[in-house]
Amino acid sequence: MNGRHRDKVRPDVADALEPLFDGARVMVGGFGLCGNAEALIAGVVDRGVKDLHLISNNAGNMGLGLAAWLRAGILAKVTCTYLGNNQDLHDARASGAVDIEVVPQGTFVERMRAAGAGIPAFYTPTGVGTIVADGKETRVFGERTYLLEEALEADFALIRCRAADPFGNARFWRTARNFSPIMATAAKTTILEADALVALGEIDPDDVHLPGIFVHRVVEVLDHDDPFEYRTTREKKA
Amino acid sequence: MSWTKQEMAERAAKEIAPGSIVNLGIGLPTLVADYLPGDAGVWFHSENGLLGMGPFPFEGEEDSQLINAGKQTVTVVPGGSIFDSATSFAMIRGGHVDLAILGAMQVAMNGDLANWWIPDGKMMGIGGAMDLASGAKRILVLTRHVTKTGAPKLLPACDYPLTAQGCVHRVVTDLAVLDVAGAGFSIVELAPGVTTEEIVEKTGAPLVDAT
Repeated sequence: MNGRHRDKVRPDVADALEPLFDGARVMVGGFGLCGNAEALIAGVVDRGVKDLHLISNNAGNMGLGLAAWLRAGILAKVTCTYLGNNQDLHDARASGAVDIEVVPQGTFVERMRAAGAGIPAFYTPTGVGTIVADGKETRVFGERTYLLEEALEADFALIRCRAADPFGNARFWRTARNFSPIMATAAKTTILEADALVALGEIDPDDVHLPGIFVHRVVEVLDHDDPFEYRTTREKKA
Repeated sequence: MSWTKQEMAERAAKEIAPGSIVNLGIGLPTLVADYLPGDAGVWFHSENGLLGMGPFPFEGEEDSQLINAGKQTVTVVPGGSIFDSATSFAMIRGGHVDLAILGAMQVAMNGDLANWWIPDGKMMGIGGAMDLASGAKRILVLTRHVTKTGAPKLLPACDYPLTAQGCVHRVVTDLAVLDVAGAGFSIVELAPGVTTEEIVEKTGAPLVDAT
C-alpha cells in the first residue's frame, strides 16, 4: 500500500484533475487574475463536472479566469470576498443561478488557515455589529466583542506556483502567492500547477513557501497568459 | 471653494506620522502616497500580501503578478516583503497596521462606517474593508462631504449595511477635516473659503465643539 506522497507528478492537466467530482468544494488561489492556475481552471471546464462550490477571492474578472466557470454553468455556490467589476458574478447573483456568499477577506483566509491547522472555529473582531454577524455566536474577551467563525475546508485546492519539486514543495512569485499556500493546507487534495518542475533539493529548504506535505498532485505548465487587470504605470522623469 | 481630489489626498497625507505602517484603500485613498516626502519612512501595506509597496512601475516594467489590492500594477521598495494572505491579515487584525485610509458611503457620528454595499445598488463586496476597519489602530476616512445627489454622508447613524462599528476617528472631505465626536462631528479644519454654515448645512449630524 502506497502513501499519498509518492508519484505526485502528473503528465498533463487532465490527469492531474482526474479525482475531481460533481458537487466538490474547490478552492482556487489568486487575487483576481493574479496567480491563477490557468490551465487547471480551463481543465475543470473541459472535464465536465457540475454543481461545484467555488471558494475564491474574486471568481474571475473581465470575463477571464474563473469567470469561465460561471459562464459554463458548473457552479452551485461561490464563497468570495469581493465582486467589484466582475460582471459575470453580478449576473449570477442577479439571476439567482448561483448561491453567492460574501465574507470579509481576513475571515475568509483565517477560516481556511484554521481548517488546515485542525482548528474548528475561532473568534475574530471582524464583522461584529454587521450583517456578517447574523446568526453567529459572539463572546466578550476583555472589553471587546468577538464573533465565532467556523473553519472552511475543501475537497480540492487548485494552486499556481512559480516552481515546484516532485514532492510538491513550492515557491511563488510576487503577489501571486496570496491565498494559495493557505488553501493548500485546507483541502483534502491539493493540485499544483507549476511554471517549472525542478529537482528535489533545487529549492533551498529555507526558501520553500509551501511544504510538500500539503500537496498531492503536481503538473508542469509552461505557458500562461497572466493578463493585467489594471495596468498602471508612471512616466520616467527626464 | 473646496479641496480637489488631489488636495484632499495632500491633506490626508499630513495625517500620516513618519515611520508608520499605512494601508490605503481602493480609489481616492491610493492618491495619498503621492504627497508624502521621500524621507517620511512610511511603509505602505497592501492586503493582498505586500509590505513596502512602491509607486506604479515605469512603462515596460509592469508585472501582472505584482499588484496592489486594487489590482493595479505596483512596485516594491527596497526593504519590502511579500507574504501570504493569512500573514497579511494577521498584520491587520493583530493591530500592527498604524493607520488605514478608507473610502466611505456613510460615516456616523459614533464612528460607524458603511463602505461596502448600497442596498438596491451594485454590491461591490467586502474585500479587506471589514478587517481593516476593525483591526487597524486608527481609521481615517477620505470621502466627498455629500453624495453625487447632494445627500449628506456624515450622519447621526448609517442607513447602509455597516463595515464596522465605532471605528472611524477622523474624516477628510472636500470641504473640511472633522473628528468623530460621539454626539456629532467636530471641525478640525475648513477648506479655503468654506464656512462653518456650509458645513452645518451639508452635514446630517450635529456639529459639536472639539472636546
